[in-house]
Amino acid sequence: MDAKEIIARRVALELRDRTLVNLGIGLPTLVAAFVPRGMSVAFQSENGIIGFGAPPPEGMEDPNLTDAGGGFISALPGAISFDSGMSFALIRGGHLDMTVLGGLQVDASGHLANWMVPGKMVPGMGGAMDLVVGAKRVIVAMQHAAKGVPKIVKSLTLPPTAARSVSLVVTDMAVMEPTSQGLFLRERAPGVSVGEIVANTGATLLILDDVPEMPIGNTSRDAA
Amino acid sequence: MQRAISAAAAAELIQDGSSVMIGGFMGVGTPGRIIDALVARGARRLTLICNDTAKPGIGVGKLIDAGCVDHARTSHIGMNPITQKKMIAGEINVELVPQGTLAERIRAGGSGLGGVLTPTGVGTVVAEGKRVIEIDGVEFLLERPLRADFALLRAHEADYNSNLTYRLTAANFNPLMALAANCVIAEPDEIVPVGVIPPDAVRTPGVLVHYLIERPQ
Repeated sequence: MDAKEIIARRVALELRDRTLVNLGIGLPTLVAAFVPRGMSVAFQSENGIIGFGAPPPEGMEDPNLTDAGGGFISALPGAISFDSGMSFALIRGGHLDMTVLGGLQVDASGHLANWMVPGKMVPGMGGAMDLVVGAKRVIVAMQHAAKGVPKIVKSLTLPPTAARSVSLVVTDMAVMEPTSQGLFLRERAPGVSVGEIVANTGATLLILDDVPEMPIGNTSRDAA
Repeated sequence: MQRAISAAAAAELIQDGSSVMIGGFMGVGTPGRIIDALVARGARRLTLICNDTAKPGIGVGKLIDAGCVDHARTSHIGMNPITQKKMIAGEINVELVPQGTLAERIRAGGSGLGGVLTPTGVGTVVAEGKRVIEIDGVEFLLERPLRADFALLRAHEADYNSNLTYRLTAANFNPLMALAANCVIAEPDEIVPVGVIPPDAVRTPGVLVHYLIERPQ
């Protein structure tokens, strides 16, 4: 299992039946492939659809049916489309149960930076600032470190995405939960020791006596 | 009944230096024939208001490629390396706006509101220079309304009265922009007789549309 699959499988365990969920572009999109069997999750794409599915068979793509990255998707029975005003009213208005976003940095108090690296890369925030402000739960799905440099830091050195703290951080090494006391280490990835996690983390982690392994062995793979 | 004009005629109406709202999300729901005509005309110094700058060679990305745009208000330029390159070189001034805020600023501009209060951007660089207003203990940013000289829309069907429908994810910013410009030009895939579109299916009332682009022959 590669790093991305570990992250996607673990994030998928946070999904709940009959909820509305927005997955960010890139790694978070992979979560849709691991929806637990028997669970019904409606995925929203902020360009204006709820209830999209996997890409259609080759040659059957509709140029007016795409995800937020511009990729072709299909619409499941019961899908609905709407404009950007409705899309962000859903996001900002507290109607979205969960969002999964990529991250560049998360700090000890759970603040996320994920939209620019000054002087190097300025993609823009897209819908990320609205999603972090408005979703009931915000889950960050990212690699634990980038080329050996920790992405979990004491305090952000990159511009924050929002003033609000995220709900949970899932990486290829660990699951961490920001709380009012600090950043708790909740789980470790299969075969990864607490010591290795600490060595790759720039922030102080609150560690309980027993840090269980991520329960990702028995997730069934269902197409979304 | 309104007159349908060619994409080239529309591009002549849109003078250099105009501000243009253009519908579309990564090129989906973008009026491609008007964009091609603007590029062919050699439009210059446009202020582009669009969700994103798509990709090189796609949607509004063609306007960036051809040097038609010198100012962009947009939420995302990450998929277009040419926009990023021109921004760093100082050829394009880019103002990044959170996507939901962009939608609401356009809605405010089109519906006679003096602005919107949004929690998005509080505590970030987006808040710089903006008023923070506390309502019931929660901080909001005052975001100003946004209007433009032109709105260029992509619709699915238009009837002879310019009532418009949209398809699936191609609606995105189009219905909002239809209210927020001094001159609204819609490029439909199909033009149908009045009555073909049921009243409940009309998403942009034709009274908002100044020009339709002819159906390709």
